[in-house]
Amino acid sequence: MEQVEHNIKIMQGNEAIVEAAIAAGCRFFAGYPITPASEIAEAMAQRMPQVNGVFLQMEDEIASICATIGASFGGMKACTASSGPGISLKQEGVGYAAVVEAPIVIINVMRGGPSTGMPTAPGQQDIYQAKYGSHGDYEIIALMPSSCQEAFDLSYKAFALAEKYRVPVYILSDEIVGHTRERVKIPTGLKPVERKEPPLKENYKPYEAGPDGLLNGMPAFNKGYKILIDGQLHDEEGNRAAHLPEVCAGLTERICKKITDHANQLVDIEDSFTDDADILVVSFGSPSRPALSAVKEARKKGIKAGCVKIRTIWPFPDNVIADLALKPHTIIVPELNIGRMVNEVKRVVAGKCEVVSLPKLGGLLHTPSEILAEIERRSKVCTR
Amino acid sequence: MHPLGEKYIRKGTLPYLWCPGCGNGIVLHATLSALDELNIMDRIALVGGIGCSGWIPTYINADTMHVLHGRTIPFATGLKMSDRDRKVVVFSGDGDCLGIGGNHFIHGARRNIDITVVMIHNQIYGMTGGQVAPTTPYNGKTKTSPYGNNEPPFDACELARVAGASFVARWTTAHPRQLSKTIQEAISHEGFSFIEVLTQCPTQAGRVLYGTANAAKLLDMLKESTISITAAKNKSAEELQGKLLVGKLYHDECKPEFTSCYYRRNNAISSL
Ligand SMILES: Cc1ncc(C[n+]2csc(CCOP(=O)(O)OP(=O)(O)O)c2C)c(N)n1
Ligand code: SF4
Ligand SMILES: [Mg+2]
Repeated sequence: MEQVEHNIKIMQGNEAIVEAAIAAGCRFFAGYPITPASEIAEAMAQRMPQVNGVFLQMEDEIASICATIGASFGGMKACTASSGPGISLKQEGVGYAAVVEAPIVIINVMRGGPSTGMPTAPGQQDIYQAKYGSHGDYEIIALMPSSCQEAFDLSYKAFALAEKYRVPVYILSDEIVGHTRERVKIPTGLKPVERKEPPLKENYKPYEAGPDGLLNGMPAFNKGYKILIDGQLHDEEGNRAAHLPEVCAGLTERICKKITDHANQLVDIEDSFTDDADILVVSFGSPSRPALSAVKEARKKGIKAGCVKIRTIWPFPDNVIADLALKPHTIIVPELNIGRMVNEVKRVVAGKCEVVSLPKLGGLLHTPSEILAEIERRSKVCTR
Repeated sequence: MHPLGEKYIRKGTLPYLWCPGCGNGIVLHATLSALDELNIMDRIALVGGIGCSGWIPTYINADTMHVLHGRTIPFATGLKMSDRDRKVVVFSGDGDCLGIGGNHFIHGARRNIDITVVMIHNQIYGMTGGQVAPTTPYNGKTKTSPYGNNEPPFDACELARVAGASFVARWTTAHPRQLSKTIQEAISHEGFSFIEVLTQCPTQAGRVLYGTANAAKLLDMLKESTISITAAKNKSAEELQGKLLVGKLYHDECKPEFTSCYYRRNNAISSL
């Protein structure tokens, strides 16, 4: 394995996100205080002026995401952060960012909901909101860290993906990751994510996509492009096209397919002990830590258990999970909600094995023994 | 086409979607001549809200964002803060600016950020078909105030001034040359500048509030109901009864501007 030089720092997940954003070249943040995401705004307020960037505490979360999109077209890499109620308020902006193809990063430090819910407790109830929260058809990318290290690594990656795919990218962190302090390895000499400037030519068309559905770079305002950015469905030039059904259909399809067609490239999972596993635990975010402990315990007891951590949850890694489902008799899905992602797993597994939901509500994380108990129960029920 | 249109209109967006006789065309033209006089097309960023009036900047061949209903000022804030040399002009309807966007409006003014807001005041929600707005006169009958409006209207200029705007003006579409000059002056001003433009909306406000869809008549009414701030100086209270003041109502050239203060502070911190 290649050895990368790095510095080691002890930091909170929320701080790790801020440091990764700055390392990626993010120079604009707009937000509004909310537990458990406030430390992101606080660290941004501290750090942005030090790197000659912009920190704004706006009047609300709607203003925050709108300012973030404005800054993105203004020429800066930009992000916003919030939780529960604030992420709900941002949704109209998310759809706008998706249709104008604004490369922005949205951090949701998930807390328990609905409504004001459990401000200081973790949750994973917003995964479908991330995918479907705004009206209309569109796609986003969503990454889920389970540790401070992943909070750093995935946040850096989020900026790169936002630029490449010209899409809003969510970091779906949670209260546990946000408030945990851990060692984080920060590679030295990490370069800012590149923003590619499209070639400046006569009659530049801001929405002329390549055969892969992706736009060529990201233009900024006042650089000579003279572009019209419009949330109305538009043609390649950016002109409103509500009266042209084929153009509108084509744009809608493209902004969805540019993500779903690249699902295989976007896969980011970590699997442990899966080669010979009879029982798999498929998880994402914080529950993947007790899941791994439980699987190790199960192995000690002679149960062939394995686990899969999904780091890119949208687009969902359909093919990888379908392949991994060929051998085991049971897949267990622990999650901090009423049982959501389990439906995606069931969809792709398509009956090839048993899929069991292990939901946890109330703001507590599964303990390793809870997951182990489920593994043991299932291994007794079904032995092949 | 008018030479200014030939020079600056984004041809792909034509034809104009406005009703015949709509005041938005006058605001567009006043803006074009202001931008032309300032010779600033390369440095300008335009932002339009949602409503008939929000379309104004989409017809201009500049860097333009047509955004969400009510959210012009936050988008403009992101544009301004990401490049302090850029000038940003917002076009927002009275519903867009004072209804759904009211909170952003007062906070933009409070910050005194260098953005020019041109608010198109047609006393109604035009695009959605003539519903009551925060500017509809008391007792005015609209589609959603069929028995008469039970709410008093905002005085947008007063609101802008008390919230912190450093340049406040009001004109009507019956004053196109004055409007254009004021847009120029507002863009040149460093700080939050607000221009309220009373416009005729023959199709909606004209018919339901004034019983006429005749644009010329409505323009006459606008002219008659207003008096310039300079002319008003020598008039008695009786003579000013029922007249709305137009012109530059407030201008503070010394008030610190948000963006430059922010970057000055930043430079001190980042060079530590
Ligand atoms: C969030 C949201 N709510 C409602 C609408 C529907 N809508 C479109 S334009 C408009 C009102 C426009 O009125 P105004 O801002 O006064 O502009 P005008 O058409 O009169 O120029 C409304 C309510 C919308 N587009 N978005
Ligand atoms: S409805 Fe009124 S404001 Fe809208 S285009 Fe027609 S005349 Fe103009
Ligand atoms: Mg209106």
